[in-house]
Amino acid sequence: MIRRLILLALLAHLTCLPAFAALDPAQLARLGAEDSDEKIAAIAALAGADPEAMLPIFKAMSEDALYLAGDTLIRVEGDNYIDAASGKTLTPPPDNIESITINNRVRRTLDGALAGLRLFAAERDVRLAAAKELTASASAEVLPLLDKALAKEADPQIKQLLVLAQAKASLGSPDAAARLAAVKSLADSADPAVRQLLAAMLDKSSGSYSEPDEAVRIAAVASLTQIERRIAIGENLGRVFTGVSLGSILLLAALGLAITYGVMGVINMAHGELLMVGSYTTWVVQGLFRSYAPQWIDAYVLAAIPLAFMVAALVGVAMERLVIRHLYGRPLETLLATWGLSLVLIQAARVIFGPQNQEVANPTWMSGGIELYAGAMLPLNRIAIIGFALFVLLIVWLMMQKTRLGMFVRAVTQNRAMAGCVGVPTRRIDTLAFAIGSGIAGLGGVALSQIANVGPDMGQGYIVDSFLVVVLGGVGQLAGAVWAALGLGIVTKFLEGWAGAVIAKILVLLFIIVFIQKRPQGLFALKGRFVEN
Amino acid sequence: MSTRRNFVKMTALSAALAISGFTSLAAQAADTIKVGILHSLSGTMAISETALKETALMAIEEINAKGGVLGKKLEPVVVDPASNWPLFAEKARQLLSKDKVAVTFGCWTSVSRKSVLPVYKELNGLLFYPVQYEGEELEKNVFYTGAAPNQQAIPAVEYLMSKDGGEAKRFVLLGTDYVYPRTTNKILRAFLKSKGVADTDIMEEYTPFGHSDYQTIIAKIKKFASEGKKTAVVSTINGDSNVPFYKELGNAGLKATDVPVVAFSVGEEELRGVDTKPLVGHLAAWNYFQSIKNPTNDAFIKAYRDWAKKNKLPKAETVVTNDPMEATYIGIYMWKQAVEKAKSTDVDKVIAAMGGQTFKAPSGFTVKMDEKNHHLHKPVFIGEVKADGQFNVVWKTKGPIKAQPWSPYIPGNDKKKDEPEGK
Repeated sequence: MIRRLILLALLAHLTCLPAFAALDPAQLARLGAEDSDEKIAAIAALAGADPEAMLPIFKAMSEDALYLAGDTLIRVEGDNYIDAASGKTLTPPPDNIESITINNRVRRTLDGALAGLRLFAAERDVRLAAAKELTASASAEVLPLLDKALAKEADPQIKQLLVLAQAKASLGSPDAAARLAAVKSLADSADPAVRQLLAAMLDKSSGSYSEPDEAVRIAAVASLTQIERRIAIGENLGRVFTGVSLGSILLLAALGLAITYGVMGVINMAHGELLMVGSYTTWVVQGLFRSYAPQWIDAYVLAAIPLAFMVAALVGVAMERLVIRHLYGRPLETLLATWGLSLVLIQAARVIFGPQNQEVANPTWMSGGIELYAGAMLPLNRIAIIGFALFVLLIVWLMMQKTRLGMFVRAVTQNRAMAGCVGVPTRRIDTLAFAIGSGIAGLGGVALSQIANVGPDMGQGYIVDSFLVVVLGGVGQLAGAVWAALGLGIVTKFLEGWAGAVIAKILVLLFIIVFIQKRPQGLFALKGRFVEN
Repeated sequence: MSTRRNFVKMTALSAALAISGFTSLAAQAADTIKVGILHSLSGTMAISETALKETALMAIEEINAKGGVLGKKLEPVVVDPASNWPLFAEKARQLLSKDKVAVTFGCWTSVSRKSVLPVYKELNGLLFYPVQYEGEELEKNVFYTGAAPNQQAIPAVEYLMSKDGGEAKRFVLLGTDYVYPRTTNKILRAFLKSKGVADTDIMEEYTPFGHSDYQTIIAKIKKFASEGKKTAVVSTINGDSNVPFYKELGNAGLKATDVPVVAFSVGEEELRGVDTKPLVGHLAAWNYFQSIKNPTNDAFIKAYRDWAKKNKLPKAETVVTNDPMEATYIGIYMWKQAVEKAKSTDVDKVIAAMGGQTFKAPSGFTVKMDEKNHHLHKPVFIGEVKADGQFNVVWKTKGPIKAQPWSPYIPGNDKKKDEPEGK
């Protein structure tokens, strides 16, 4: 009913374009009514007024920037108090103003009214967003409006959306031919709501089908299969994506460990705290950008990458020089010592930064998501992290395989004595390799700061996962870690979808126990001869 | 025979000596009354509980500035149980038997409260618990200043089913995996059933403490919501998991106008670390919001802001107040009033004096401690998140409601007494 009122009003203004009466202040003041029903009626009545004048008012209302001073409606823009009816700035600002609050129900109506007004905006993006909004909420009353917009619209993407909206709205048409056409064109949709509508047409609860025409029913069945296939593809794509995303996070967390534990054989229980060091570095860099270069704030993540690497690498060098190097070849002592180090680092973070989690905000280019395929919404921060994981992997691979340092590291880990004999400075190589592994953990910390909480004990949650990835992949090489991370990620996500997060975690751990029993060397075992001890 | 008598004499003598030694020690410490503060200052719950410690310290300072209680200054004893449930019990024992505190203000999660309960019962201590919880408990040694289910969860779900709340017909019950969400959801399921919601229209999901990857769950919610009638999410997620949950919710584009999420453990404090612009319209149900306008609340907010500035709390310029902070504040003042009425800090006397105490709360209402059931009569507010992280009150009760710790929606509860055992 309300929607119909809005649309009638909108149509009225579309058909007789030029003549708009000035906004009536009394009518505007009704937007500030106490009761939601009255507010909704006021929005409906005003949706037909001059769109140029109404847009800023509706926008202010949806942003909580609309106030009432007595009977005058006032919208606040920055520091200016503007009389909504006349558009004049009020100086001095009136006192005793009361803010107008809206709830979800009013907001829904308001969004519809805004979308209706914006469908005829000059900017393409605005029209696109409005068309999307209307597609989601299309019903029979929107039809005339959609026809009007379709006639004017030139952009193919918006047109397609409007056609879908039009078809969705025509499903309830009394004309069987119109319904048939609508059902047919809806075959292109992947909207679960459309599936619901079509399935309802085939509903046979009270003896006869709710859709009387057989031809329409046959077309509906055909369209329904197509839509369902598309939704299923979208769902599975989404699931694979979340799996890959979790895999990329596990990989970033574990890659540094794949070098320090996998290649050098140091059981570093403080690995998680190196991630934490990376995350805190990101937080500090964010703070510096906020206070010294707020115009570049979106770039703080990029600046944090090299810094986090360096800080974590330095912490790693300190750990290696002071503690770990004295314990090479004594795994049990190393385990205990590094565990102690991890406690020291956690406590240090608590003392320096406080026990509370710190807020690391996503830069704007990492907020929101893109719709890759109908129903499969991919958050941008996850996509960025997958890209980042690939980048780090590439760098590590190049370094280990193509540089002299990488060759030395491989030589030392395969046969320390022999490498020493041919002049490799094994001690220095140890330090460097440990620094690199730690630095990469720092990079992982940058990525984690974008999705998880940054706090003193954040590393604890990742240490087990990191070891799982390295052990599952096969100690001693990077390719194994990559496959193990991806595999664990996807398996976890599919299990989560099926059994819930708690059971999934248990099942994955059980699986790994069985796997290690059967194949202690992991997925990929290093081949060749080694000198053990 | 005589040796034995001598032995008895000796023991009695030494015992008497010990007692006199004790009393002299006690006399030295008697210038102050010790008050325990048992909140996690680190770990997954620190996000919520740290502010409660600050509120308690602030209230204690206020009381001391006005001359203390019974002419004695209060002396806070702060311990950090580090979001570690068994450690809560250890620290509680330490507070009661080593520090000899007269009262403890503490705990957030129900699992922490359950773990300290045996200690308070055994040593006859006194605990003020400031957080909304699942009910199903009534202990002589505990006063509950947070909400029972009928003061938060039930009204919130009723609101979602109302016209203004969006007339939700399908519900996702999402929570952290422990006793509070499980019990609340059990009550809610029974409540929804009584309102004619079928089992197929309810989805229950749990995640471990500290869970940070909510992609799958959000995708599941989206799917569930697309399968028909209007859907709403009831979230009992606790602690810092809320930050990734709301981040993911914003990124996935799940808007409040389509699928509203009402949270029972998310307030102003938890939303401080989140960009709330994509979350506008999602809801929370509490007995207090910072945005409530009245002189008592203005004074409360100002006092806390000044306290934060003076003590250089992190991000002191943006500190907020929230419901459990208000409940902590009410609890401390009510305890003070009860002590003054009982003219003693003796636990049993204070418990007897607590019933019927009233306090003008920052929520704008005068709240009352029930004469019998150790719970407060509190008003209920439902708020929608605004772009600045504050809440916009969209619904409230006319006045304070009496708590029902034994929810009538759980079978067998009608036979339970609305009064703790052994009182």
